Amino acid sequence: MKITIDSVYCKGCLLCVGVCKKGVLALGAERSKGGYLMPYAKEPDNCIACKLCEITCPDVCIEVTKD
Amino acid sequence: MNSIAEKFIRKETLPFIFCPGCGHGIVVNSFIRAIDELGVQKNEMACVGGIGCSSWAPVYLDFDCLHCLHGRAIPHAEGLKAVNPDKQIVVFSGDGDCLGIGGNHLIHAAKRNIDLTVLMMSNYIYGMTGGQKAPTTPYQATTKTSPLGNEEHPFDVQSVVVGSGATFYARCCATHPIQMKEAIKAGLRHKGFSFIEILSPCPTTAGRNIFNFKSPQETMDWYRSQVYLLGKDAKPDPAETRIPLGILHVDESRDELTDVQRQKKEAAQK
Repeated sequence: MKITIDSVYCKGCLLCVGVCKKGVLALGAERSKGGYLMPYAKEPDNCIACKLCEITCPDVCIEVTKD
Repeated sequence: MNSIAEKFIRKETLPFIFCPGCGHGIVVNSFIRAIDELGVQKNEMACVGGIGCSSWAPVYLDFDCLHCLHGRAIPHAEGLKAVNPDKQIVVFSGDGDCLGIGGNHLIHAAKRNIDLTVLMMSNYIYGMTGGQKAPTTPYQATTKTSPLGNEEHPFDVQSVVVGSGATFYARCCATHPIQMKEAIKAGLRHKGFSFIEILSPCPTTAGRNIFNFKSPQETMDWYRSQVYLLGKDAKPDPAETRIPLGILHVDESRDELTDVQRQKKEAAQK
């Protein structure tokens, strides 16, 4: 799975990290345009594309695509 | 940005003004997915918002938008529906906007059974103005205007709305966005006054004042512990202390106002 997180609109609330039951996402070291620390796809192989992170993101900036 | 969001969100208005982790963003996200699945065209719908954090939601959506006075979102939407009976009208409102300042408008719109879909995002507090006590603030909760604890009990929203005559009532929570999407779809399909109460966590103002939480995740975890999903056609258990989520009231027997008005008009012209 390919998980893209928009680095312009992400506000670093980390709700996506909390909602993922497979531990795919984690807090990273990169900052978004707003200056917030962003999550990143730590274990993309564990992703089952339930897309709960997509619908939970309050800033509509996560996209999960099958590759 | 998400591909579904690109279809329905005005890119020039981004980023959302909502604080990091705000439940209102989750409501917008679930709403665009609901209308994507229903296949609603952009000229078939109009969104109305009043004043408050939640009432910013229609501004970001790429539909006809009416942003009006505080508490007056429902009367403006009723007017819009009266002159455009074929249009789907959605009202985005907060708990203070809908129950506090616009309480009487809500009761009368429910009584008329006019075909609106009202999404009331309840975050227990007046978030935008700094954390004053709202009509939904829990008993004994500490806010900026009730520093010794709230002396009043909150509204029982379901009883108020259903008792006034609303024909559809559902309750959702931002912790369960897929159920919220399904409830919004059912509310949009329902002909008549549909009211959807959404418990939307406010990690900034309610989180600091009422709950003393440090992060959005802590607020979400608390909300998740307070709610449970009700199965289809199941009745809430009176012994359960948690809040049931689901479609709690549907009444198909009452006629819709604009339908009745159209029939009367046609009969008078004969």
